[in-house]
Amino acid sequence: MWCSIKSLCTVVCSLACGLVLITRSDAAPAFEDSIAQRTLACTACHGDQGRAGPDGYYPRLAGKPAGYLYNQLLNFRDGRRHYGLMTHMVDVLSDAYLFEIASHFASLQVPYPPPAPPTQRAAPEVLQRGRTLALLGDAARRLPACADCHGRALMGVQTHFPALLGLPADYLTAQLGGWKTGQRRAASPDCMARIAERLSDADAYAVVSWLASQPVPAQTHAADAPLAPRPPAADLRCGSAALPANASR
Amino acid sequence: MKILARALLGLAALAMLAAAWLWQTNFNDGVDIDGPAAAAAARLSPPEQRARGEYLAQAGNCLACHTARGGAPGAGGLAIATGFGTAFSSNLTPDPAHGIGQWSAAAFWRALHHGRSQDGRLLVPAFPYTHTTLLTRADSDALWAYFGSLPPSSTPTPAHELRWPYGTQAALAVWRALYFRAGSYTPEPAHDERWNQGAYLVRGVAHCSACHATRDALGGADWRDLRGGRMAAQGWYAPSLHDPRQAGLADWSVAEVARLLQTGVAERGRASGPMAEVVFHGTQHLSDSDAAAMAVYLRALPQAAPAPPPAAAPRSRLAAAGAKLYEQHCAQCHGEQGQGQGQAYPPLAGNRAVTLESVDNLLQVVLYGGFNAATAGYPRPFGMPPFLLTLSDQELAATLSHIRTAWGNRASEVSAAQVHALRSRTATAALR
Repeated sequence: MWCSIKSLCTVVCSLACGLVLITRSDAAPAFEDSIAQRTLACTACHGDQGRAGPDGYYPRLAGKPAGYLYNQLLNFRDGRRHYGLMTHMVDVLSDAYLFEIASHFASLQVPYPPPAPPTQRAAPEVLQRGRTLALLGDAARRLPACADCHGRALMGVQTHFPALLGLPADYLTAQLGGWKTGQRRAASPDCMARIAERLSDADAYAVVSWLASQPVPAQTHAADAPLAPRPPAADLRCGSAALPANASR
Repeated sequence: MKILARALLGLAALAMLAAAWLWQTNFNDGVDIDGPAAAAAARLSPPEQRARGEYLAQAGNCLACHTARGGAPGAGGLAIATGFGTAFSSNLTPDPAHGIGQWSAAAFWRALHHGRSQDGRLLVPAFPYTHTTLLTRADSDALWAYFGSLPPSSTPTPAHELRWPYGTQAALAVWRALYFRAGSYTPEPAHDERWNQGAYLVRGVAHCSACHATRDALGGADWRDLRGGRMAAQGWYAPSLHDPRQAGLADWSVAEVARLLQTGVAERGRASGPMAEVVFHGTQHLSDSDAAAMAVYLRALPQAAPAPPPAAAPRSRLAAAGAKLYEQHCAQCHGEQGQGQGQAYPPLAGNRAVTLESVDNLLQVVLYGGFNAATAGYPRPFGMPPFLLTLSDQELAATLSHIRTAWGNRASEVSAAQVHALRSRTATAALR
């Protein structure tokens, strides 16, 4: 009896193993001479098709404007953003190739994951303050609204302004903090650095809390053109690098 | 008493003689840095001279060290880790205060040829004047003209942070007496013109042995030697070009070697890590003629006798466990049998970079991933993901033990301790 159960188990196990193997070899995509294949090194951390890593640390790349992604790649390569693993990845890549990689991820319009439940919910008055900063700004502190540059829907504007929704609070906090301490920079003149230095810690917490609590709208594409900047934004020039000469968009 | 006094006197005399010889060796180079001809040469730099200088600066990869990440080209300030502390590259732009704007062409020549600064100080040999000493005066003047054409940058050069006594003039004088002779390249009549052109580039301009020579405990070497060098501060090993089991090129064609230098990728090998930087910033800009000349020289290097292949050892449990991890993490690109995928992904079976005795390079590639250099000849390289954060020391040891012993590869297995050693030496910088 024992023996037959054991052999039955063996048979079932072998079958299961066979199934697993078959499934996996079926699932392993064949090699293709494509930019997606070339950038498997990126999606290993940033998630399939650049949908974001599972831990909130590696941000989404898919659908972000090409100019924004291209500038971030340059920033890592040229020492304005700091993460050794990332710098190493782009160290010996040309401007033209970095732009091709950026354009590839920009072209991927893939669904956002359902929002992660917040680890701690900010107080209603904090969320209200965050909403005001994001949509209206604070003229007294010469703070433009996020929406002035990042679009009315906060889903980004072509070709250089990224979406602010659909990002984990930890990531947003780390980026704003990085800008405040100079750890994250953009090409000079660095408009976000000027904004971050005018932003108090409490306001940074408020705006991050509100942004991270917002659902991603049905329409996730970056807007085509920026709104006319409101008056506070007029003294904030952004110096991000122009797209390479051979850029098609 | 008298004998002791005599002995002391004798010792003092010897010390003075030694000091005089050291001074003579190091400081009596006879270059008049204020000579009028040199000053005139600096003023009269035709565009051809600047273009030649730019070409040499690329071939010699000068700006890779003399530019900080994101800094103005040639403005220096890059921290260079050495076994003796950190050296900082200098500002080569024509800024009068912080660059070399006040230098003469002769002073620049003296720096390349004798390793001395404008003010006469002995330079730290992180600057490879051990190699640039071979450059002709015409090439030195061309480089001078090119650096003079860069936009001036007022970036100050930080002071070196070398452990005592390595940065002192006395220590440098002794080091130079041991390892440096000012020289010029004299063509060797036993070899043809192309070989000699290659020798001038390999030994001088491109200073290949700065990494590929086997250095001793004081960082000195025979600078003609390309027998493999441990780049301890970087955690890489520059393989021997004299050894067919490492990076010897005797059985490659001239075209294949030239292709590796110019594109970073050849049929039987590719440049990664520090060599990818050399290709990206430097050798991809070589003319066809110069790349071929370097290939001729490198192919002709004397080769170690091929050792009999080691007997195949029975596969350990570690390597067997690695086979599963290989299938899971590596086989999709490198193939079930380690056969690779065309030009995209290198084979691991029979790959010398995989079976090198030093496992540093293999570990670097697997821990940190990366791309081959994007060059004009290979503009869209494929990437390798980093496994630093996904595989443990034990898992990496198993995987690498597998690929070093499978498919006919016969190299030693890798221990978790080896993985841990390199990871702990390099990971802090990588995650900053």
